[in-house]
Amino acid sequence: MNRESFVPPTSQTSSGAAAAGRAFQPVQAITYLCASCAAPNTLNRSDPVRCKECGHRVLYKQRTRRMVQFEAR
Amino acid sequence: MVDYSKIRRNVVGIEHDRVTNVSSTDFPGYYPGEDHSWNLDKFKENFRSHISYLTDLSCSFDLIGVDSSIANAFRRIMIAEVPTLAVEYVYIENNTSIIQDEVLAHRLGLIPLKANPDYLRWFKKDDPDFEPTDYDTVVLHLSAKCTTNSNAPPGSTDPKVLYNGANVYASVIQFEPQGRQSEWFPDGIAPANPDVLIAKLRPGQEIDLTMHCILGIGQDHAKFSPVATASYRLLPTIEIIGPPLTGELAQKFKSCFPKGVVGINSKGEAYVKDARKDTVSREVLRHPEFEGRVKLGRLRDHFIFNVESTGAMTPDEIFIKSVQLLKKKCQILRKFDLRT
Repeated sequence: MNRESFVPPTSQTSSGAAAAGRAFQPVQAITYLCASCAAPNTLNRSDPVRCKECGHRVLYKQRTRRMVQFEAR
Repeated sequence: MVDYSKIRRNVVGIEHDRVTNVSSTDFPGYYPGEDHSWNLDKFKENFRSHISYLTDLSCSFDLIGVDSSIANAFRRIMIAEVPTLAVEYVYIENNTSIIQDEVLAHRLGLIPLKANPDYLRWFKKDDPDFEPTDYDTVVLHLSAKCTTNSNAPPGSTDPKVLYNGANVYASVIQFEPQGRQSEWFPDGIAPANPDVLIAKLRPGQEIDLTMHCILGIGQDHAKFSPVATASYRLLPTIEIIGPPLTGELAQKFKSCFPKGVVGINSKGEAYVKDARKDTVSREVLRHPEFEGRVKLGRLRDHFIFNVESTGAMTPDEIFIKSVQLLKKKCQILRKFDLRT
């Protein structure tokens, strides 16, 4: 299969958003970071997984900004 | 006539394979007919101190006429009981660098901070209801982000040129004064060494965290210790026995010691110039021609202290604080009735 012809699966499975009762909430776009150039990419569900700046096909999900406490020991 | 038996009491003998006369004997009841009871006036008469050098980070000084127990108490207190400020709690909002959160927190704890601990009170860790206040907690903030340098010349490979903020140094740490802290610390609180490397970043990586610093002592964790090293050695003694060493023998004798320890006078005789510089390597005891011609030793009550500060305080401050702490311990002990 040609790499460029890859289409992410769009069929809705039973688990996930629908099962959690969140199906009708507006889907907010999530910002990913390009693994190659670190540019922020906002992807929607039907968008191809591809960096808008450099065309790299690996995108990272960002770390949560939830605070964690550590002891400096 | 000089009573050598009395002088040698104070000298630890150094043989080629062992040390002799290690324990002090100047306590009551050891020598019949001699008064060795502790006496303040006698102590004042015998005690001397001398500072060889003192800089912002290290110093060397002599304590002469004290017992090793006292000198060792000062050393131990300097290492483990003089309080300083250090990072204790790290609240990580974001850390996408390759260095893990807990490792990063540990590294931050070890950074020496320049702050006067006298203005702070103890943070009561044991008390579950204890709320941190401006009296006991110092808040620091660290936020760093790495980006690509678009102006980097083509073909460059140095991360410092290719990226902006590739290295996170301790100088990035910001002091956030709480309450009246800007009054107590007008110069702010900052790492003693601004060039401590905390983490390395690549474009898109980010560190954003808040630190709470509290007072602590080295006994609890080494990060609270104000000294890098605090040690003492005894003053070496070298005694040439018998007729003077001359000619080639004198040259060989001289070469057995570090530079400046042994000199050769105008008559070609070897003499002890400065025994203090000796490292007591015992090299001279390996040569059969010097057998019985030299006596090495160390003065038991002459302590040469060497104190290196981490930068939190000056070394003289650290020593004075160790004296204050020992005094305080003695006062606590005196409150008890020792007869019961």
